[in-house]
Amino acid sequence: MNVIETENLTKRFGNFTAVDHISFTVGEGEIFGFLGANGAGKTTAMRMLCGLSVPTSGEAHVAGFDVYRETESIKKHIGYMSQKFSLYGDLKVWENIRLFGGIYGLSGKQLAAKTDELLRVLSLESERNTLVDALPLGWKQKLAFSVAVLHEPRVVFLDEPTGGVDPVTRRQFWELIYQAAERGITVFVTTHYMDEAEYCNRVSIMVDGKIEALDSPQALKSTFQAKNMNEVFHALARKAKRGE
Amino acid sequence: MNKSNTINLSGIHKNYGKVNALQDISLDIKSGELFGLIGPDGAGKTTLFRILTTLLLPDSGKASVCGLDVVRDYREIRRRVGYMPGRFSLYQDLTVEENLTFFATVFNTTIEENYDLIRDIYIQIEPFKTRKAGKLSGGMKQKLALSCALIHRPEVLFLDEPTTGVDPVSRVEFWDMLDRLKQQGITILVSTPYMDEASRCDRIALMRTGKCLSVDTPAGIRSTFSRLLLAVRSASMYRLLEDLRAFPGTYSCYAFGDAHHLTLKEESDAGVSSVVSGLETYLQAKGYTDVSIESIKPTIEDCFMALQPEA
Repeated sequence: MNVIETENLTKRFGNFTAVDHISFTVGEGEIFGFLGANGAGKTTAMRMLCGLSVPTSGEAHVAGFDVYRETESIKKHIGYMSQKFSLYGDLKVWENIRLFGGIYGLSGKQLAAKTDELLRVLSLESERNTLVDALPLGWKQKLAFSVAVLHEPRVVFLDEPTGGVDPVTRRQFWELIYQAAERGITVFVTTHYMDEAEYCNRVSIMVDGKIEALDSPQALKSTFQAKNMNEVFHALARKAKRGE
Repeated sequence: MNKSNTINLSGIHKNYGKVNALQDISLDIKSGELFGLIGPDGAGKTTLFRILTTLLLPDSGKASVCGLDVVRDYREIRRRVGYMPGRFSLYQDLTVEENLTFFATVFNTTIEENYDLIRDIYIQIEPFKTRKAGKLSGGMKQKLALSCALIHRPEVLFLDEPTTGVDPVSRVEFWDMLDRLKQQGITILVSTPYMDEASRCDRIALMRTGKCLSVDTPAGIRSTFSRLLLAVRSASMYRLLEDLRAFPGTYSCYAFGDAHHLTLKEESDAGVSSVVSGLETYLQAKGYTDVSIESIKPTIEDCFMALQPEA
């Protein structure tokens, strides 16, 4: 069962085609890496999939809902976090969990139990009353991810979740991703760390609004006769014609 | 003071309330050097930049730039350095050309006078010179900010995380640009959270939570990695990571892209080979048939993680 399906999905701004007829599917529980140079169209594509931007043409369904007509249903069935926006720094750890849990329709005993479990898994029990701004970035990002999947969404969108995070915590973050995927949550992730591309089940690489390659890291490396995903990325992204 | 050092830091401390942003930082950066501050968010990189650019007073310690004291001679330092902060700080409602003209004028110079220094960079955004800075893409903003930081031909260039959030191809291009500036004799202090960029620097300081962990050339830092480093691969990498961590002889094991990097508790050359054959037996018993184990050279990221206690 596919959680994301797109067919010729396109977005134009005036005469600029930001996303140009992209077609792909992402399966349940899959970790899908969505790569591309700055300006390739990743953010625009992601905004359409999250129901935040209406496509110019083409089809797309996320968690079974249509990106034109059912955007409110999409928002209820997805999770989202990015490097720039994740949690409210001037709210305490428990207040953030309460806020986002509430937004996603959790309440009462269910929310209390989820909160306790989340803090235990992250070993953050002693930080329950800490302002999020006082947490190290890596902890904050791990917390933000756990909050983004608190309501067990069908798919979670992660936009450069590990930028600036220290090397050890960056790896712990990916372990959280694996655990979520094992629970059946689909993970749709962008990153500029090419080692992280290797951890995805499949990876797509966007160039100038189009998906130029889509396969498992293993298959991409063999197609492009590359040692690692960094070489694959460089081989493709260097072909880009348009600036950002 | 050593005349060949452009930047001196001696015992610098800075606290923000209870947070120790910088703890006893001492560094000498030589004239003409491309020096990297490498570390994640919260390492203290920005605080260090702000002290050196005279925007923040240290709590204690001494710092000088071009032989000038950062507290006493702040006016003179400001004339002689260029600074590109991590956050875009140009005037969003001025055009590209107006921003550049503004910075040139403030420093009593003109775009024409120093055009040769910025030409390589500015030529890429010149077609958009009538566009407002706020309407530029991330990459173009970065090029404009760098042009503005260079327009008065500074002796020292401070670049705070210029490549954060920038894709790998554009990052390589940015570092190529820095190489060309270095050839013009400008001393460059640059910070980055990307460990792979360390190799582009003459020397680096590895920083974490306000402390300087190590200062050396990238090769020098790699040579201090004392343990044998093994790259281990198989088809089921996530299970392999857990099994490698559970192996009794394991000292540390981290995912590194397409391989796991493993170090062993045993450090003697003689002992290591028997531990490795023990590991092969252990993995066979776990049902792996496709494991490859090879000895590799450490990267800067391996070294950084070895210096970092378990989070």
